[in-house]
Amino acid sequence: METNTVLEAKNIIKNLGGNTVLKGVNIALHKGDIKVLIGPSGSGKSTLLQCLNLLHIPEGGRLLLNNKEVHFKNKPGLYQLRQKVGMIFQDFNLFDHLSAKENVSIALRKVKKQGKRESAQRAEIELQRVGLDDKMNLYPAQLSGGQKQRVSIARALAMDPDVLLLDEPTSALDPELIGEVLVVIRDLAKNGMTMLMATHQISFSATLAHQFVFMEDGLITEEGSPKELLAENVNSRTKDFCAKISELTGEQA
Amino acid sequence: MFEFLNPIIEALPYMLSGLWLTAALVICSMGLGLIVGVPFSALRVYGHPVIRKLIGCYVYLFRGIPVLVLFYLFYFGLLSWLAQIAFLSFLPFNNAFFAASLVLGLTTGAYQTQIFKGSILALSPGQLKAARALGMNDFQAITNIILPQALRFSLPAWSNEYSIILKDSALAYVIGVAEIMSRTRSVAAITHKPLPLTLFAGLIFFFLTFIGVKALKVLEKKIKIKGYTQ
Repeated sequence: METNTVLEAKNIIKNLGGNTVLKGVNIALHKGDIKVLIGPSGSGKSTLLQCLNLLHIPEGGRLLLNNKEVHFKNKPGLYQLRQKVGMIFQDFNLFDHLSAKENVSIALRKVKKQGKRESAQRAEIELQRVGLDDKMNLYPAQLSGGQKQRVSIARALAMDPDVLLLDEPTSALDPELIGEVLVVIRDLAKNGMTMLMATHQISFSATLAHQFVFMEDGLITEEGSPKELLAENVNSRTKDFCAKISELTGEQA
Repeated sequence: MFEFLNPIIEALPYMLSGLWLTAALVICSMGLGLIVGVPFSALRVYGHPVIRKLIGCYVYLFRGIPVLVLFYLFYFGLLSWLAQIAFLSFLPFNNAFFAASLVLGLTTGAYQTQIFKGSILALSPGQLKAARALGMNDFQAITNIILPQALRFSLPAWSNEYSIILKDSALAYVIGVAEIMSRTRSVAAITHKPLPLTLFAGLIFFFLTFIGVKALKVLEKKIKIKGYTQ
């Protein structure tokens, strides 16, 4: 079992602005795992994701990538980890001055030191994969939210990550644009991409996730398959939470 | 009727050759300002706290002291003192043009640092995060992602800075740089016709400003990010 653990975090502690946002979080992602992080706002989901690729440096705890410890202070190791751990942000964070194609290829050229042609070809393949064949030369300001998020997914995939972290990838989208992004994520799942996703799309993620991870107040309080946690006869915090979201959105959990 | 034009026409070649000196002075100063301002602005935002403080001091110093005072202090003070140090003798410290370029360059460098800093801070912090998330180190992220955008947004303010430095360069006559203003004064002293000559000098400055600002406007349009509205 140990051997195919892609990313493992042990006892992660993170302070932000005088608050302890993460109070000793343990989480492990095995190859092909799809875990969904749910929980109320401010529970530390976003912070946890950013600690997992060291955009936030935790104050305590350990991080293992493919069973090898990553030291927080070791810069080259940190850059290496970030290449292997892709990140999708809520508000896309595309590079505004670069076309869709250049957004995908720039890190290939600058970080992976690939040539112009090689990186451009790879960018085209990844953009085709997310259905943006005809938008490659457009700039972020010329794209819709859903298209922007798909570019950002292509950008992350081009780095050949071992695991993808998704921080509420559809929260900033108009309702009618959510579908196109979910289709891409479902495709990734089908192809066996290891993923950890924070989301409020309960019904969608219930069909996809192997495991729900419920966070509250800086700790993981419940973990289990959606079936277990949402079953009729169970009384879980996860179920309460999902019921509340469903009430609001009118969708069935 | 056009008699008052005579001193101008006679002095024209002499005055216009001062124009080249003014142009060279402005180009050197703005260039030095750019060389100073770009890295300093990035360091002022992302650098080590000590470096940030030091750059802050530099900015306050050169923003707080009049250019005229700096011309005197540098040319007759600091630079003439440095000129006496043997191993630095290869540098033209006693050259007035060098001194003027240095003073104007460091002055605009302080302002340009502030201009670029403002643009960097106006960018969404998410882009730096995204660049880091792709494995870029800070230098790569700043040079490939942050600065190309920040410099674009700085262009209107930079063009403003150009017009200010162009006019400040007229003060370089006090240390004997033979630019437009200095030549105007010497011709006026000989002909006793200061008014038409000063008017002419004013027109030259006006047109230099006008041409430069228009050219920068064209550049601004050329490098505008497609679809982007601020």
